[in-house]
Amino acid sequence: MDMIRSHIMVCGGTGCTSSNSAEIIKEFERQLALKGLDKEVKVVRTGCFGLCEAGPVVIVYPEGAFYSHMKVEYVERIVDEHLIKGRIVKDLLYKEAFENNTIKALDQVDFYKKQKRVALRNCGVIDPENIDEYIAFDGYTALGKCLTEMTREEVIDVILKSGLRGRGGAGFPTGLKWKFAYNSQSDKKFVCCNADEGDPGAFMDRSVLEGDPHVVLEAMAIAGYAIGSDQGYIYCRAEYPIAVKRLQIAIKQAREYGLLGKNIFGTDFSFDIEVRLGAGAFVCGEETALMVSIEGNRGEPRPRPPFPAVKGLFGQPTILNNVETYANVPQIINKGWEWFASMGTEKSKGTKVFALGGKINNTGLVEVPMGTTLREIIYDIGGGCPNGKKFKAAQTGGPSGGCIPASQLDVQIDYDNLIAIGSMMGSGGMIVMDEDNCMVDIARFFLEFTVDESCGKCAPCRIGTKRMLEILERIVSGKGEDGDIEKLENLANAIKSTALCGLGQTAPNPVLSTLKYFRDEYEAHIYEKRCPAGHCKKLLTYKIDPAKCKGCTLCARICPAGCISGKVREAHVIDTTKCLKCGACMEKCKFGAISRT
Amino acid sequence: MKSLAELAAIRSKMIEQVNMRRDENVNTRVVVGMATCGIAAGARPVMLEFVEEIKKRGLEHVTVGQTGCVGMCRLEPIVEVYVKGQDKVTYVHMTPEKVARIVNDHIVNGRPVEEYTIGAAQA
Repeated sequence: MDMIRSHIMVCGGTGCTSSNSAEIIKEFERQLALKGLDKEVKVVRTGCFGLCEAGPVVIVYPEGAFYSHMKVEYVERIVDEHLIKGRIVKDLLYKEAFENNTIKALDQVDFYKKQKRVALRNCGVIDPENIDEYIAFDGYTALGKCLTEMTREEVIDVILKSGLRGRGGAGFPTGLKWKFAYNSQSDKKFVCCNADEGDPGAFMDRSVLEGDPHVVLEAMAIAGYAIGSDQGYIYCRAEYPIAVKRLQIAIKQAREYGLLGKNIFGTDFSFDIEVRLGAGAFVCGEETALMVSIEGNRGEPRPRPPFPAVKGLFGQPTILNNVETYANVPQIINKGWEWFASMGTEKSKGTKVFALGGKINNTGLVEVPMGTTLREIIYDIGGGCPNGKKFKAAQTGGPSGGCIPASQLDVQIDYDNLIAIGSMMGSGGMIVMDEDNCMVDIARFFLEFTVDESCGKCAPCRIGTKRMLEILERIVSGKGEDGDIEKLENLANAIKSTALCGLGQTAPNPVLSTLKYFRDEYEAHIYEKRCPAGHCKKLLTYKIDPAKCKGCTLCARICPAGCISGKVREAHVIDTTKCLKCGACMEKCKFGAISRT
Repeated sequence: MKSLAELAAIRSKMIEQVNMRRDENVNTRVVVGMATCGIAAGARPVMLEFVEEIKKRGLEHVTVGQTGCVGMCRLEPIVEVYVKGQDKVTYVHMTPEKVARIVNDHIVNGRPVEEYTIGAAQA
């Protein structure tokens, strides 16, 4: 440990772990030991770097060389060339990090250039299983400052002035939430962390927990001090095994150091945290349902008020914040509210983490200042749609959000603008869709998700979303009728205004926003029985143009359904009653004789 | 954890170990030529001596790196020192014994050790 001159940071986030980064770490350790470098080079398993598309990712310091798409076989070369001889292995670098024969610094690569990492600042930089590394990067100093220099009112005031809003989706001012709980009189209060990230395609919270678990613990302790609580709960889904494990390690280390427990920093403030695992019900991300689930009951929401700040967990005043919200707190305390408020737009301060997924080149995790445009995120950072396809829409906010069409690409992203264009921030999932995606089918997909996840307590959500789904299923299978659009709109508006909790109230959003921007696609499905994107199989027919068909028999031979017939050198015919619409024939035809309508 | 001082102690103990990842703090880079020629001429002990010396003095703003062949194999081991905002200084025919002086005179006190530089060797 004494003479470490180089650090090899290997991504141990879920993405890279599933593409074998654990083996890469082992191989590095083996090779280093073999070559006698194990005393001077250290291998560190970190959290997510963000560029999951290029995983597994390895960064070697002090050079900051960024190796992507790593394989176990490459390890020996990197050790021999880079670590022994000091020659960066250029052909293994991330493609864009090596251009025009020069090696770019990591923050100069397009993917990182426009990013500003606040919540993710330690992800990929520290070893999440080592509390000392967190401390080296100023960890727990904010807690120390709060406990020894600031009053509880001052802490709340700083958070309030910073303009921090809840990153879980609704964007409620965090400081205000804390203030309400502070004002509630009770000898027992609770601090909860919502780590039940359930939106399809969202993994921001998971990455923070995996890459920097201590930041959540520190922020929760600060919140506990501010509102007068001595007990915190982290509600994390059981499907995040790596996050849960690292959280548990972090809690254990913090207890050993006395950063959790009795009389922290010699003050009379005591605070402890427990992890509660959720069984993966989407509704448990809703605050009242989450608390009921922590209590050990079936996760169902209840009407508000009373709000949790007055009557929450076990009937006591409780604050519940999202993982990413907490990840901002220690830095706001350390750097001041002015620093935080200097980033972002007028009403949305700071940065936001987005999980980029779907039809995008650079799948991964990005953090940008509020007010960045969708165009910058999708084209400058995300690298646009693969295979030169045309961008059609981005879905934000998961099943509660909506689709943003290409015409709105230049809208500055913040809480209020997104709501104005019919979507919402949500927790930060961003699914990109290209010209091949059918918007009606996307709406159907998200609605299917909410129907599945509805807890069934209130009728609008339980029955209403089901009816909406039935109509959508009819439309995509070519049985749409005149009046369906109006029925959908009626139902959607009724559900929005009558459902019990956030899940139901927002469930119609994907339908409403696609109706708003892609009404023509709905109409094409209903009136012309046609899917403009060529996605809905029931509405497709494949045809062979007899004038172009040379009778080569290729299509007939590869058709899995055996529904193409014809003699050699004569035009072939597709039996549409048997056709599976797999499109294999169209792909293989050398003469372009097969078309899809 | 009973006091802020305790936290600060852990922080300062750890900071040298993670310092190379905090590039905003680094303003001096010591780069050792570690190609075959450099290694054969004894670059490794030189580099390790730099690492040791810098750690001993607790210089948080300095990192030690390596590079390939600088091109003047006969002058190896070659060490280049980059201080932000200043011209790079190239030291040649380095030995572990010369390291302490470079760290003290150049890196700490800002006076390059003229007699070890490439200019002196070429003259």
